[in-house]
Amino acid sequence: MTGKLPGPGPGERMRPEGRRNEDGIRIDPEAEAKHEPRRAVLSALVEHEPGVLAEVSGLFSRRQFNIESLTVGTTVDESRARMTIVIEETRPGIQQAKKQLRKLIPVVSVRELDHDSIQRELVIVKVNGEEPDKVHAITEMYGGETLDAGPRTITVEITGNEQKIDDAIDAYKQFGIREIVRTGYAALARGEQQTAEVEPEVKLTADSQTPADDD
Amino acid sequence: MSDSAQTPHADEVEREAADERPDEPDDESHVEPIETGADAVVSALKNAGVDHLFGVQGGAIMPVYDALYSESDMTHVTMAHEQGAVHAADAYGIVTGDPGVCMATSGPGATNLVTGIADASMDSDPLIALTGQVPTDLVGNDAFQETDTIGVTQPITKYNRFATSPDEVGDDVSTAFALADEGRQGPTLVDLPKDVTQPETDVEPGKPETPDTYNPPEKADAEAVSEAADVISDAEKPIILAGGGVIKANASDELRAFATEYDIPVMTTMPGTGAFDQTHELSMGIAGMHGTGYANMAITLTDCMLAIGTRFDDRLTGDVKTFAPDADIVHVDIDPAEISKNIEADYPLLGDAKAVLDQLSDAMTDAPDADAWREQCQTWKDEYPLDYEMPEDRPLKPQYIVEQFDEAMPDDTIVTAGVGQHQMWAWQYWTWTEPRTWVTSHGLGTMGYGFPAAIGAKLAKPDKEVIAFEGDGSFLMTSQELSVAVRENLDITIVVLNNEAVGMVRQWQDGFYEGRRMASEYPWVPEFDKLAEAYGARGFRLEDYDEVEETIEAALEYDGPAVVDAIIDPEENVYPMVPSGGDNSLFALSEDHLDEI
Ligand SMILES: Cc1ncc(C[n+]2csc(CCOP(=O)(O)OP(=O)(O)O)c2C)c(N)n1
Repeated sequence: MTGKLPGPGPGERMRPEGRRNEDGIRIDPEAEAKHEPRRAVLSALVEHEPGVLAEVSGLFSRRQFNIESLTVGTTVDESRARMTIVIEETRPGIQQAKKQLRKLIPVVSVRELDHDSIQRELVIVKVNGEEPDKVHAITEMYGGETLDAGPRTITVEITGNEQKIDDAIDAYKQFGIREIVRTGYAALARGEQQTAEVEPEVKLTADSQTPADDD
Repeated sequence: MSDSAQTPHADEVEREAADERPDEPDDESHVEPIETGADAVVSALKNAGVDHLFGVQGGAIMPVYDALYSESDMTHVTMAHEQGAVHAADAYGIVTGDPGVCMATSGPGATNLVTGIADASMDSDPLIALTGQVPTDLVGNDAFQETDTIGVTQPITKYNRFATSPDEVGDDVSTAFALADEGRQGPTLVDLPKDVTQPETDVEPGKPETPDTYNPPEKADAEAVSEAADVISDAEKPIILAGGGVIKANASDELRAFATEYDIPVMTTMPGTGAFDQTHELSMGIAGMHGTGYANMAITLTDCMLAIGTRFDDRLTGDVKTFAPDADIVHVDIDPAEISKNIEADYPLLGDAKAVLDQLSDAMTDAPDADAWREQCQTWKDEYPLDYEMPEDRPLKPQYIVEQFDEAMPDDTIVTAGVGQHQMWAWQYWTWTEPRTWVTSHGLGTMGYGFPAAIGAKLAKPDKEVIAFEGDGSFLMTSQELSVAVRENLDITIVVLNNEAVGMVRQWQDGFYEGRRMASEYPWVPEFDKLAEAYGARGFRLEDYDEVEETIEAALEYDGPAVVDAIIDPEENVYPMVPSGGDNSLFALSEDHLDEI
C-alpha cells in the first residue's frame, strides 16, 4: 500500500487518434469499415480415416463459419480423401477458416480455389409426371438425365454450377417439385494446376494473399 | 546480450535435460517385457520420460493400472476426483514444460476430466489424458460407463485418438506425447478400449514422433523479420507485450536481452506473467481487464507493439476497436491461426518465440528513439500505481495478505490460484520475477483449479515453495484433494481469501446489476481451518492484522499442507477494472469511475 491517490480520471486521460474495426483492422477513424462476406471454395486433402469429417464439420460449426456445403470423397490415393467446402465469410473469416482447417492433424493441405476452378454440383429433382414431354424438354435443355419416370412422378438429375442448377430448378417448378436433393460442390483446380498443392503462403506466412482475396 | 541472457535459467537446464530423456532410452527401463497393450502404453509413458501420473482407478482403465503395478520408475498419484487429477497434471506440465499425464476410467471418469482438458486447451498447456473405454464391440451400444470420449473431447484437444489395436496402442500414446509438446503445446487424449489394452502384444512403442502432416514453423521468414525490425527501430512509442507463448518457448532470457538492449518497455498478459521480471525498470506490469492502469495506457497509446505469443484474448484487448489503435502490430506466434484472428497483424512473424527473438535481435539496426515515451510510461506508473485502502483494524484486506506472503517467500515460489477476485489480487500484488511460477486457469477461468494445481506443481518441483490462493467458492469445489496433499505430505500453503461470497460475481452484480446479489453470497462456507484439520492438515484462522505475521510464519514453517482461512473484507473489490468489452484506457480505479465510463 502506497497511500497515493489515483491519477487522472477516465475523462481526463490521453486519447489515441486511431481506430480499428471489429475485425481488429486499423481504419480511418471516421469510417467504420466493414468487410462484405464473399463465397470461397476451399479444397482440403485429408487423411482418409474415421472421424475426420466430424472433426472438420465440428470445427466449422464451433467457430461459427458460415458453411454452405461440404462434400467428401476418396482420391486416387486410397489413404486420402478430398473435401470441398464452400463458405460465405468476410476476408478475415476466410483466412481464419483456412488456418484453422490447416491446423487439424489429419489435414494434409488446404487451398482456396480460384474463380476459374471447375466447380460442379449434382441435384436430383422429383417432379409431378403429368407432362412428361415438357419435363423431358427441360431436362434436355439443361443437359440432364431422366433417372426414373412413372405415371405420377419423374425424377431427373442435373449437374452444373450453382447458377445452372438454380435455373433448372426454377424451370421445373411449373410441374410441381415433390422432392429435391443437392450434393453441394465438388471442385478441382483447372488445367495443370494441382488442387492439393499447398500454397507456401498458407503454411509459412500469416496472411496468404490468394488471388481471390482481393475481391 | 545481458549477463542473464547468457546464463541459462535453472529451469531451462532442467528442461534441456528432460528433453534429452526420450532420446536416450534407459537400458533398464524395459526389463519387464511387453506382454499386453497396457504394457505398451506404460512403455510409451516411460519412453516419454514420465515420472508422475495423476488419476483415479476404474473398470475400463484397470488393465493400464495393472500394468503399472510393478512399475517403480513412475509414481501414480491417486487423486480424490478426476478433476483434481487433470488440474494437477496440467500444473505439472506448466511448471516443467513437459506434458503432464492424467488417467481416468471410461464414462464418468473421462467426463470428469473434460473441464481440465478444456482448460489446458485454452492455455496451450502440454497435457496427456489417457481414458479407459468399454470394449470395442460394446462401443455405440450405450454400454455401462460408455461415453463417446473422442466426440466429447474433439473440440478441446489438439489431437485425440481412439486406440484400435494392441500392436499400435504404444505408438498412439507416443504420438500423443509428441503432439502435446511440439509447436503450440496443448492437450492430447488417447481413448483406450479394454479389448485393446488387455490382449497380448509384444510390439514396442516407437519414439514420440509427430505425423507427417504436422510441421510447426521454427524460424520466421528472414525478410519479414527484417521488415519488422525496421518498424520497431523507427517506432517512437514502442512496447513489448509478452504472452504465455514466451514462457512456453522458454524465451524469457531472449525477451529480457532484447528489451534491455533496445530499451523497450515490456508488459505481460496474464498467461505471460513471469516472462519478464517486474522489478526491472522497463517493466510495465500486467495488462488487460484487471491489469495496471499504466500498462493499459501504454497499450492504448503505443505506435508499435511487438506482441509475442499472445492470442489477444478479449480480457486483454477489451473492445478491439480501441485496442492499440495507433500501433503497427508485429505479432510473433507459432500458430498461424493466431495471426490476425482477433487483432490484425501488420507484421506477422511465424515461428518459435525464442528463435524469432534471436532473429529480430540480429536484424535490428537501431534502438528506437523513445526517451520521451519511456518518460511518459514512468509518469503513468507514478500516476496509477496498484493501490488499495487499508484501515488499521479489521476487516483484513486481501491485497495486504498477498503482499505479506510475497515478502515472506522466495522469488522462485510457485503461486497457483483459483478463479475470482482472489486470483486477480494474487496476480496484481505478487511480484513476479520468474517464468513458470504463476499457475492458474487463464482462458477457461476454472474455479477450483488452484489447489489441485498446487499439488501437481509441488510434486513436479519438490524443492520449490508452493502457495495456492483460493477463494472460498473455488476452494469448495476441489478441497477434497486435501486428502491427497495430506497423504503425500506435501508442503503447500493454501490461503483461502474468504469473503463468504463468490466475490467476483458479487462485484459485477454490485457494478452492473444494481446490487442484486443473486446466488453470490455464501454465508454457509465451512470453517476452512477446521476442514483442514479434519483431513489431517494444519489449519489457521486469520482475522486480525496483528496475527498476520505470526500466522504466515507458522503456516510456512509447518512441514505439510497448511490452510490459512483468511477472513477478509467481504466488500472489497478488484481495481483497476476495464468493464467487459471496454476501452482499455478507460479503466476504473474505483466505483466512482465505473459511473463515469
Ligand atoms: C467452475 C466455475 N463456475 C462458475 C464460475 C463463475 N465465476 C467466476 S468468478 C466466480 C467467483 C469465485 O468465487 P471465489 O472462488 O469465492 O473467489 P472470490 O471471487 O470471492 O475471490 C464465479 C462463480 C467459474 N469461473 N468457474
